[in-house]
Amino acid sequence: MSQLVLFNVFNGLIVGAFYALMALGLSLIMNLSGVINFAHGAFLALGAYLAYTLIPYIGFWGALIVAPILTGALGLVVERLLIRPLYGGDTLYSLLLTFGLAYMMEDSIKYVWGAQSLPFQAPTWLLSPLSSQYFFLTGYRVFMIVIVAAAVAALFIVLGYTRLGMRIRAGTRDLETVSTLGVNTRLLRSVNFGLGVYIAGLAGVLAAGLLGLSPTIGDNLIMPSFVAIIVGGLGSLVGTLIGGLLIGVVSGLTAVFFPSATEAVIYVMMGLVLLIRPRGLFGEEGRVH
Amino acid sequence: MSWRRRALDLGVIVALLTMPYWMAAVGGYTELATRVVIMGLAAMSLNFLLGYTGVLSFGHAAYFGLGGYGAAMAIKYWNWGTLPAIAAGALAATVAAALIGALIVRRRGVYFAMVTIAFGQVFFFLAFRWNAVTGGDDGLTGWRRQPIDFGFAQLDIVRNDHALYYFVLAVFAVCVAVMARLIASPLGRSLVAIRENERRARFLGLAIERRIWLSFVISCFFVSIAGALYALLNNFIDPRALRFDLSGNFVIMAVMGGMRSFWGPLLGAAIFVALQDYVSSRTENWMFFIGLVFVLVVRFFPRGLLGVLARRGAA
Repeated sequence: MSQLVLFNVFNGLIVGAFYALMALGLSLIMNLSGVINFAHGAFLALGAYLAYTLIPYIGFWGALIVAPILTGALGLVVERLLIRPLYGGDTLYSLLLTFGLAYMMEDSIKYVWGAQSLPFQAPTWLLSPLSSQYFFLTGYRVFMIVIVAAAVAALFIVLGYTRLGMRIRAGTRDLETVSTLGVNTRLLRSVNFGLGVYIAGLAGVLAAGLLGLSPTIGDNLIMPSFVAIIVGGLGSLVGTLIGGLLIGVVSGLTAVFFPSATEAVIYVMMGLVLLIRPRGLFGEEGRVH
Repeated sequence: MSWRRRALDLGVIVALLTMPYWMAAVGGYTELATRVVIMGLAAMSLNFLLGYTGVLSFGHAAYFGLGGYGAAMAIKYWNWGTLPAIAAGALAATVAAALIGALIVRRRGVYFAMVTIAFGQVFFFLAFRWNAVTGGDDGLTGWRRQPIDFGFAQLDIVRNDHALYYFVLAVFAVCVAVMARLIASPLGRSLVAIRENERRARFLGLAIERRIWLSFVISCFFVSIAGALYALLNNFIDPRALRFDLSGNFVIMAVMGGMRSFWGPLLGAAIFVALQDYVSSRTENWMFFIGLVFVLVVRFFPRGLLGVLARRGAA
């Protein structure tokens, strides 16, 4: 029993790491630009499929580096052509646009790569269990946690200690003032959007190795990412990170005791958080509604 | 009321009353007409909140689906008649909306939209996972809509698809009339005031949260009736009726038709339903084109068709 619990906690942590990674990208974009990027799940799927196509040519490691960059580049194009004209307008329109974009991208993926799931090969040496007692501790899972942790650490270092990160954080508070200080805020928003989408692409490559590849791979991750943001507190990236891990573990534990509520439990949790602490665990009161 | 508004009302009423008779001439069929009316009701209900209160809900499919499941279960498990079944569905959805509405009513803008999307998923997973009661992913089957017995006469909505259309239209008419009255009432005026300037409305002493909550619940009540009718039309309901993509479709219907005009969402629903029917019969990749519609509407028709016309008329 205790091993089963341990297994599910560990599993939940991994799934939670994905939620967190995805939610961090969403949060970045939402905080600076006020856009809910509904196409985030589709970008994640695209990253995974690009990696699938690239692996025969440049191998898993090459794909792990190149696929997210290509995804991020597409994100930049999308931002420039479709989303930039909507800045400053009603949230409604950017939400609808990215929603439509998600439809288009998902269908395009089906068109190019087919609707069936595809096998996704991670390096074989990563797939064997590390310990016979803790069979679930495969190299790939540990590797994934390491990569996710590294990506999150890198993101926080960029945000905390570089000029770009400082501008993003300042822009989140007051974009107008940042603009009057001579920062090109259009460029800032573009880069920020590209960064968020890049993270989605990275999450996609990693997720494909664990969950397999299907056009709807992002669909199952985007809703929990919203929950992660709400539970963690809108506007707080640390909150988003912890929110993601927390709901992953909670839903992993629920899988042991009450399997049919595995998905629903995180929404119940969200309800409780909104009831007891409406701003979310780490949200600042009064700043964002 | 201007003559322009009256002419539009009259045009809509005549078009709706005669729809089953000209639908075939434009390549449609009666069931499609019924679907247009149902989706029109759903989009107009959403617009009570979106257009007249200025609050964006991206989770209305949850209440649409709850209405549908409620009606379907009342018929399947308790053998209820058609009208009580619709009432059961509406009651279930309205209670859910009242509870969830109370949790989220203080949120605004991006936050409100996100919370409504997320909460919608609870009901999706409930329907998806609770196989024994909801039929799970396969949907709830094994029930049929029943003829409506008025005591003195019976309306056969089971086999006669014209009768079903006019029954749905009658329900639509009652709902829309009530919504129109609500919009014209002091409550409706205060909702528009909140939409235009929330802070000012608060300074005038309006209880903002309570009114937004009320608007949310009213909107969900009417959308659940549309959901119940939808289940009756198909003799079937499945979790896709609660999924977030349907919520998105409702919003695009309202925006495409024009969310600042009363009939706009109905027009949007008609175009959307017809388009979806046509494209999905032509190509497997219909989702791409539906997505394209979203993008094009946002980029080129953000005010919606009737919004554009009204503006031309004013100029």
